[in-house]
Amino acid sequence: MADLHFLANPARFRRFSQRVLPSLAFATVLMLAVGLYMALIQSPPDYQQGDTVRIMFVHVPSAWLAMAGYALLAGLGASLLIWRHPLAALMARASAPVGAGFCAVCLLTGALWGRPMWGAYWVWDARLTSMLLLFFLYLGHIALSRAYDEPERGDRAAAILALVGVINLPIIKFSVDWWNTLHQPASVARLGGPSIHPSILIPLLWMAATLFLLFVLLVLLRTDTEIDRRRLENAELQA
Amino acid sequence: MTPKRKRLWLVLGSVAVLGCAATLVLTALSDNIVFFYSPTQIAEKQIPPERRFRMGGLVEAGSVTKSPDGQVTRFKVTDTNKTVDVVYRGLLPDLFREGQGVVAEGSLGSDGVFAAREILAKHDENYMPPEVAKALKDSGQWKDGKK
Repeated sequence: MADLHFLANPARFRRFSQRVLPSLAFATVLMLAVGLYMALIQSPPDYQQGDTVRIMFVHVPSAWLAMAGYALLAGLGASLLIWRHPLAALMARASAPVGAGFCAVCLLTGALWGRPMWGAYWVWDARLTSMLLLFFLYLGHIALSRAYDEPERGDRAAAILALVGVINLPIIKFSVDWWNTLHQPASVARLGGPSIHPSILIPLLWMAATLFLLFVLLVLLRTDTEIDRRRLENAELQA
Repeated sequence: MTPKRKRLWLVLGSVAVLGCAATLVLTALSDNIVFFYSPTQIAEKQIPPERRFRMGGLVEAGSVTKSPDGQVTRFKVTDTNKTVDVVYRGLLPDLFREGQGVVAEGSLGSDGVFAAREILAKHDENYMPPEVAKALKDSGQWKDGKK
């Protein structure tokens, strides 16, 4: 793997992101256009759910990215607390609201699917409850990082919360195996291979790749903004 | 030991300790975290009548009957080991059908019949187009071997 250490320096990170952002944005839009065509028009309805299955093309990638985003927060928290990376705190501030957004999309689309399929918008089973907890962990991170007058103290408190909350990630993933839940068990990442027909699986993976690009795009963009904001605040302090 | 290494072990150690604590708590509470009991668990637990809880399993094929006015549905829920009779008054969700998963909330009557107040359909992890499902059923490769 290439050495990514140069990205720890905010100035160099900014030059790097300015270089990749335009092509990244172009690729995201292009893939989204193709992905929406695949998800909404080309893919077949499900034999049980009919067209309601199309909600999954947004719901499942959002769930994956909400969890990946929190893993990123925990990694950034660790690198802030252990190695004092100057960029880690800024990137954590930038990525927490993005992850929270994907988490909210996951919860809302899940409710819209649950009403016609299960007969309930919401139930308190282990999968749904642990996902709601993830959303609150995100909100806690956002609030905590902005709760102090000195931003460094907020960054450190939020980093600790990110590391504590990372325990929730395996609970979310395996909740459907460890306990009886109303939520169905894993269909893609499971022993014995995916239990989704390729005509539905391929659009799902395409949408996952698309939303992953969107996630990276938003995090880079917002990290740039955080770097600018921190510079501006430092300049004001010196003036 | 450098300060960095010390902090690394401190972070790893704290997460490991918290992980152990969470595992212990969840194991201790697992009886309350499950969303429903299976018919076998109900037989083992001797749940008293009128206590509200949720029961889950498959709707036994051929067991669904409706009252003449169509409001009361009777069916059996099975986990292939034990079976419980269920009676329910009200509208059923779209995915409710024989051979499919279902979760019913209600209580056992003194006659052993489960009076459901709410019925939720449980979806399984299989997704496929209707033609594929039909082809699988026609060729006898359906998941439970039934047509």
